[in-house]
Amino acid sequence: MAKVVFTTNLRRHVECPIVEAEGQTVREVLRVVFAKNDRLRNYVLDDQAALRKHMTILVDGSRLRDLVGLSDPVKPTSNIYVLQALSGG
Amino acid sequence: MGQEILVSTRKGLFTLAKTRKKWAVSKGDFIGDNVTLTLHDRRDDTTYAALNHGHFGVKLHRKTNGGAWEELAAPAYPAKPEGLVDLDGWGKPVNWTTQMIWTLEPGSDGELWCGTMPGGLFRSRDRGGSWDMIHSLWDMPERNKWLGGGADIPGIHSICVDPRSPKTIRVAVSCGGVWTSHDGGETWACKAQGMRFDHTPADVADDPGTQDPHMMVQCQGSPDRLWVQHHCGIYISRDASESWQEVKNVPPSSFGFGVVVHPKEPDTAWFVPGIKDEKRIPVDGKLVVTRTRDGGKTFDVLSKGLPQEHAYDLVLRHALAIDETGDRLAFGSTTGGVWVSEDQGESWQNVTYSLPPVYAVRFA
Repeated sequence: MAKVVFTTNLRRHVECPIVEAEGQTVREVLRVVFAKNDRLRNYVLDDQAALRKHMTILVDGSRLRDLVGLSDPVKPTSNIYVLQALSGG
Repeated sequence: MGQEILVSTRKGLFTLAKTRKKWAVSKGDFIGDNVTLTLHDRRDDTTYAALNHGHFGVKLHRKTNGGAWEELAAPAYPAKPEGLVDLDGWGKPVNWTTQMIWTLEPGSDGELWCGTMPGGLFRSRDRGGSWDMIHSLWDMPERNKWLGGGADIPGIHSICVDPRSPKTIRVAVSCGGVWTSHDGGETWACKAQGMRFDHTPADVADDPGTQDPHMMVQCQGSPDRLWVQHHCGIYISRDASESWQEVKNVPPSSFGFGVVVHPKEPDTAWFVPGIKDEKRIPVDGKLVVTRTRDGGKTFDVLSKGLPQEHAYDLVLRHALAIDETGDRLAFGSTTGGVWVSEDQGESWQNVTYSLPPVYAVRFA
């Protein structure tokens, strides 16, 4: 299962421990995570379920490219980091 | 009479309280976070706070008196239909996501109304626990003419629920004019006739559907009277927004953002002027409040207690407030100053010069 780590800056607002989840894409993995943590979804995704404008996701060191569909592939051994982007200041 | 004032700032929510005839900051909430607006709903003694985290989006919190803050689901836009090309008045794609909670107002019974950027209007019937978009307004083709003004995207910043009939709702949009519903939000009509831009070509200057009313208020005791601080001046309506007339010859300037009207005296309104749109600072470095008591025929320029040298305070649209008595006013500035008046603006007490930039001031 992929490991998902959220920025520590999020912990001030919403519980988000490191979790493991299955999925072939970032979208699928996050769907599993958010199913158990609905509040967290709205901190990471916008109303259209796209990645928020000033957030970024790293999958094994590569930045997410499909910011709307989150279709970037994930391996069972992948490390996924959900971070705030510097574009947000 | 309200004994607390809620000051929303770039770095937290600060409560002002009066002790021994002096106003002071009594506590802070959400310190470090961007609080854009509050509402204290007297019907059930509940306070709402809107936050806008730069990275994590717009959030809404609620606190019942004596309780703790709890996060609610913020108003959210519906899924954008696949393939829909939805452009704003500038021709830019509209992002169907709440990007700012720009106004919160009580409605009838337990209702709450919420105006947002990029232009969605929402209603809650469960104290903000859930929100329904008013699709009749969002789905109008005229909405695609709405423009960002100041902000990059359009938004609803003023909601006036008519005290005679809660089914009559007026909203003001920057930049999209004034829209009125008489059936609880089922149908809408543009009611900005008479407003005018003074810097655009003549053939679009008086288009009601793209006007930029910075703020709209309604006199509770005389609801046919509304006031608007517009991007290009001050407007008054004496016929419940059916028509608007410009108020001219306002000293020292008619540019500004906020306006409040006395709750019982429709001819009495207050403003905090700046020089003009490309110079959003007080005229001559002197911070003043202007007040009319005769429906805009004449104005008093009020400065007692306000800085009169090198003052560069700008007062944003929700940062000027009046309480239910009509005697007490308060305002906060983008440079972190807050002032309170107990005598209808004749004199002002400075509470602080050192808060973060002030976005909104409301009496609790």
